[in-house]
Amino acid sequence: MVERSINLNNLDKELLISLFTDVIRLRKFEDKVYQLFLKGELPGTIHQYQGQEAVAVGVCTALNKTDWITSTHRPHGHAIAKGVSMRSAMAELYGKETGCCKGKGGSMHLGDPEVGMLPAIAIVAGGVSIVTGVGLAFKMKNTKQVAACFFGEGATNEGAFHEGLNLAAIQKLPIIYVCENNIYGASTAYNKTTLVENVADRVSSYGMASKIVDGMNVVEVYLAVKEARDAIANGSGPILIEAKTYRFAGHSRGDAKKYRTKEEEDYWRTLDPIDRMKDSLIENSLIDNEAFALIVKNIQEEIDDAVVFAQQSPFPKVEDAFIDAYASDMSSPTEVQK
Amino acid sequence: MTTRRIGIGEAIREAIAEEMQRDENVFLIGEDIGIPGGFGGAFGVYLGLPEKFGHERIIDTPISEKAIIGTSVGAALMGMRPIPDLQYSDFIFECMDEIVNQAAKMRYMSGGKLKVPLTLRCPVGTANRGAQHGQSPESYFIHVPGLKVVCPSDAYVAKGIMKSAIRDDDPVIVFEHKLLYGSKGRESAGGMDLTAEVPEEEYLFPIGKALKKRDGNSMTIISTHLTLYRCLAAAEELKIEGIECEVIDPVSLLPLDTKTIYESVNKTGKALIAHEDTFTGGWGAEVAALISQNCFSKLKAPVQRIAAYDVPLPVTPVLEQTVVPSIERIKEKIRQLHKMELK
Repeated sequence: MVERSINLNNLDKELLISLFTDVIRLRKFEDKVYQLFLKGELPGTIHQYQGQEAVAVGVCTALNKTDWITSTHRPHGHAIAKGVSMRSAMAELYGKETGCCKGKGGSMHLGDPEVGMLPAIAIVAGGVSIVTGVGLAFKMKNTKQVAACFFGEGATNEGAFHEGLNLAAIQKLPIIYVCENNIYGASTAYNKTTLVENVADRVSSYGMASKIVDGMNVVEVYLAVKEARDAIANGSGPILIEAKTYRFAGHSRGDAKKYRTKEEEDYWRTLDPIDRMKDSLIENSLIDNEAFALIVKNIQEEIDDAVVFAQQSPFPKVEDAFIDAYASDMSSPTEVQK
Repeated sequence: MTTRRIGIGEAIREAIAEEMQRDENVFLIGEDIGIPGGFGGAFGVYLGLPEKFGHERIIDTPISEKAIIGTSVGAALMGMRPIPDLQYSDFIFECMDEIVNQAAKMRYMSGGKLKVPLTLRCPVGTANRGAQHGQSPESYFIHVPGLKVVCPSDAYVAKGIMKSAIRDDDPVIVFEHKLLYGSKGRESAGGMDLTAEVPEEEYLFPIGKALKKRDGNSMTIISTHLTLYRCLAAAEELKIEGIECEVIDPVSLLPLDTKTIYESVNKTGKALIAHEDTFTGGWGAEVAALISQNCFSKLKAPVQRIAAYDVPLPVTPVLEQTVVPSIERIKEKIRQLHKMELK
């Protein structure tokens, strides 16, 4: 059982409020996306992040602005936490030209190099494969940057996990592997696929350090990454941080979550990263109900603005389908193809 | 311009050394490529490079193809120009995700904000090595938008196109044929002691440009790698029968220099595509379809293909040389096509 109250560790008020605000931003963004999706405004499918917000916010806040992240098929929270604006994220979900990937990435490839995030990689463990190269580039150029790689516990049974972590360990690459263990890979429980209790237990076989954190506690996640980051940037070698967390939503649209018990869901709801943080901030007199209401109001305005922006943005031009496949000019279909 | 005769392996070594000298972002990564006392990569191409550039830029890895290509993609996205090595092209199937889903698509998925400048070296071809060390898998990759696929068949092209590939901002797969590195120890498999005049001075050979290797009016043969040389030999031998074949080395399969191919086929009215890859779905099928669509009014016979038969590769020479196109089989096909006339 996890201790519900959050130890604020005497962190600056400004930092704590920022962590708290971002956790709410991610939640409210996802709640809005869900509504819009049900209304049929968004093409494709969505994989939502409600419940796991403390992980993305804790990690991305502890990173430097110039650090990079890789993400997964469930990337909305990572993108917002790393600094993709709600406008450009929402426009991307709408498939609009003003989206961070010009409408070509969509929900599962949300990301923006301009804020240090690769387009999210929707192949399980795909990011684990690529992040070694991001880290290697930082090491070779001696930039002191760090790459954080988000993935779920399901990714740890992919071959790419083994190959990638082993190579990163040997090369002492500046990488923070962030395993968001939300217990389920789609509908399959972790303990049906893996006999070791913790993902973190696996990485000693690569000679890699690891740490387990309460992934519903934004302060704990933040501190773990903060503590690791600078040493890793200076060549101490990669670390894996396993954040124990839970997704409140289904895996994707149309998942009725019948593979989970109500008791289990209720337990994790008691650890809701927003409620816990709010209670601790109030207990420590760092926030009151009025200040909380203002935070929520501002976020709601930011989201409403993003939706209007996305709705009013134009779709890409038809010809845009034929650019960006290559850096050189060879994407256009030939006469034969037409 | 001063030239000297060198082989493909040496040409590629020179290309890599020059580009590493020119651009500090270029680096090599793979298995057994820089181990002191080792063999300089599976075919000795990297011998001498670690002494010159150090192990920071010639990175030996565990036997982890997914990690080699994944690392290359990630580094390329961050502005490096990696040259990953896969020893044998057969091992490429270990890392199809990293090539097909990641390298080829990251630029498009990002709306053009990223680029993936990596150059993957993959030796192909039978050499009595059997089903898992002798394939020619280039056709799989011409089906992937976002990739470029080149097949140099001589030292001049190899050096120039390797340099172009390293400077290219898109992922390029360079398929080289094992039996064209030199014949030593590979005589029974048909290894060729192949050298070409290569300038001392720097030059580039562009991606997307075909080469006419032989003039003729009877038909156009389009071929690469070892099969190209077998086609050239067959064409020479058939002169006395009054058949004059034009032979084209496409060099790049993606993008394909269709202009050169169509010009030749429009002149000869007949086309034969020959490759060591298997028949069904091989790149010859794509070229045949393009010729049929674009040169139809000039064609005097159906476009023909000759390729490895659709079976896995056997090791024993008598079976192996039955499966892949031999000079005799190519000659027979040429004779057949020569006789064909559409009524």
